[in-house]
Amino acid sequence: MANETATFESGSFEDASLDASGAGGAGIERTATTTAKPVADNGQSRLATLEAGLDALDTAAAGTRRPWWRVLVSRVLPPVVALVVTLGIWDLLVVMHVHSGEIMLPGPGDVWDSLTANWGPSRIGAAIWDSVYRAAIGFAASVVIGSVIGLLVARVAPLRAAVQPLLSGLQNLPSVAWVPIGIIWFGVTSATIYTVVLLGAVPSIAVGLIDGLDRVPPIYLRVGRNLGARGLDSVRFVLIPAALPGYVSGMKQGWAFAWRSLMAAELIAISPSLGPGVGQVMKFAQDNLDLSLAIGSIIIILIIGIGINQLFFAPLERRLLRTRGLSRS
Amino acid sequence: MTVTIDEAPSARTLTEAAVRLSGVSKWFGKESDKPVLDGIDLTVAPGEFVCLLGASGCGKSTLLNLVAGLDPVSAGSIEVTGGRAALMFQESALFPWLTAAGNIELALRLRGVGKAQRRSEAERLLSLVRLEGAAHKRAHELSGGMRQRVALARALAQQAEVLLMDEPFAALDAITRDVLHGELTALWQETGVTVLFVTHNVREAARLGQRVILLSSRPGRVAREWRVDIPQPRRIEDAAVSELAREITDELHQEITKHARLAQNSGTQRSGIQSKETRRNG
Repeated sequence: MANETATFESGSFEDASLDASGAGGAGIERTATTTAKPVADNGQSRLATLEAGLDALDTAAAGTRRPWWRVLVSRVLPPVVALVVTLGIWDLLVVMHVHSGEIMLPGPGDVWDSLTANWGPSRIGAAIWDSVYRAAIGFAASVVIGSVIGLLVARVAPLRAAVQPLLSGLQNLPSVAWVPIGIIWFGVTSATIYTVVLLGAVPSIAVGLIDGLDRVPPIYLRVGRNLGARGLDSVRFVLIPAALPGYVSGMKQGWAFAWRSLMAAELIAISPSLGPGVGQVMKFAQDNLDLSLAIGSIIIILIIGIGINQLFFAPLERRLLRTRGLSRS
Repeated sequence: MTVTIDEAPSARTLTEAAVRLSGVSKWFGKESDKPVLDGIDLTVAPGEFVCLLGASGCGKSTLLNLVAGLDPVSAGSIEVTGGRAALMFQESALFPWLTAAGNIELALRLRGVGKAQRRSEAERLLSLVRLEGAAHKRAHELSGGMRQRVALARALAQQAEVLLMDEPFAALDAITRDVLHGELTALWQETGVTVLFVTHNVREAARLGQRVILLSSRPGRVAREWRVDIPQPRRIEDAAVSELAREITDELHQEITKHARLAQNSGTQRSGIQSKETRRNG
């Protein structure tokens, strides 16, 4: 595809330059001697080739795409190297500390063994499923609520004055702080956990949407109005697409907050009726002084948090920025 | 667009006006004593190409916004045939989330064109500005000149009888601008659309317009008007175009000089106050 356009462009460019060099002297002669010829038509075709030449010159530099393996090397290799180095340092620390005996530090191998050994008995698989399920439900609800709040705050001036500082404030408040209140109100139930997740994620999503809406260049709205987009059409065809980058980065942050809040809530609000969760596995590890399992849980939390970001939000954001010409690559 | 081509000749009667401004004034806020535009009377005939020229502060962009219906007039009235006019800006203002064709299709969609027709109509409009190959490109992948051509195609997609252009080529390099002058002239002759073209470039106005209207600055008023009978296609280097540009520039300079005198007057007043103060301090 890229090759095709490149050859097409260079081809038309050559045509144009040939024509220009050929017509340079003859063009004047033609207009001077044969005035009977349709002047406009002649001018038109010359205009067309001239324009094709300009376009070719302007876009000749574009269209070189990096081969996939280079993208892979530049994107995938650095994090893999970082991971290997981290594991290496970790292992080195363990080897050095084994003889001091003061602080227990299990090595990567111990953690792996602990995770595989506990997979069945501690139901780690089920716990991961439970946590991800809760996070997904909580995040989805946060998107709905956060979007409604964001839209209202952005569009209704008095509401903005009243609520915007509160939203920024809520972003600073660790949502774990709501656990005691949640437990007093709802007991140790799913409702408590969801409350904490919502209070963690909703402000980020709302603030992201407000930012996105605020940063819509006014000229887009004017163009939209001139094109005939009014009311809902203006929201649908202009406002929402224009605000999307801010909205998506708000959602990305909202996901991070949702996941983080969920882990905190699961660690504190524990009840057999709630079923397993990664936070509970961690609590179990703490109660049993199982350091390997505790570190393993942290790794699981990291992997899920990073994984979902890399799978959903990062590609979405990259695509949004690339299509708009806002990213470096 | 084909419909317009068919209709345009019959609509081009001398008595009719594509745009009619009667005593249009505009001030912002409550400062009716400091209007941006003051009592503008202007009639643009159907199919006419009129250039509005002026230094900064003459309110020429404001005037276009009024005609486009983006801002309300403070006094007077504006009539536009068909009720609406397509507007083109200095920056192309193409929507970056849509491709070139997508931008045009959105304009068609908002005009109520059916889905089946939109694609072929967008293709036709793109070929009108000779950008058939750029249908799937985004704004950032196009050069400034190409962007303005897509914006022009999008404006034509609105099928308004009046096309308002707000310094559309001001940000382009001279070579591209020159080519686009030819392009616009050809399109204007082909479609019979009425053009109201705002610029601060005197040669551009002389190159393009059938009529050039010079606005004074602060407040914007019609200072002078030229009817340009040089036949199209003109070239910016044509002796007649240069001659006209020279005449207009002289007039424009006179308009600007008035403000120098005004500024000087207020300047001497200010320095007078200052010297009084220093005397008092001393």
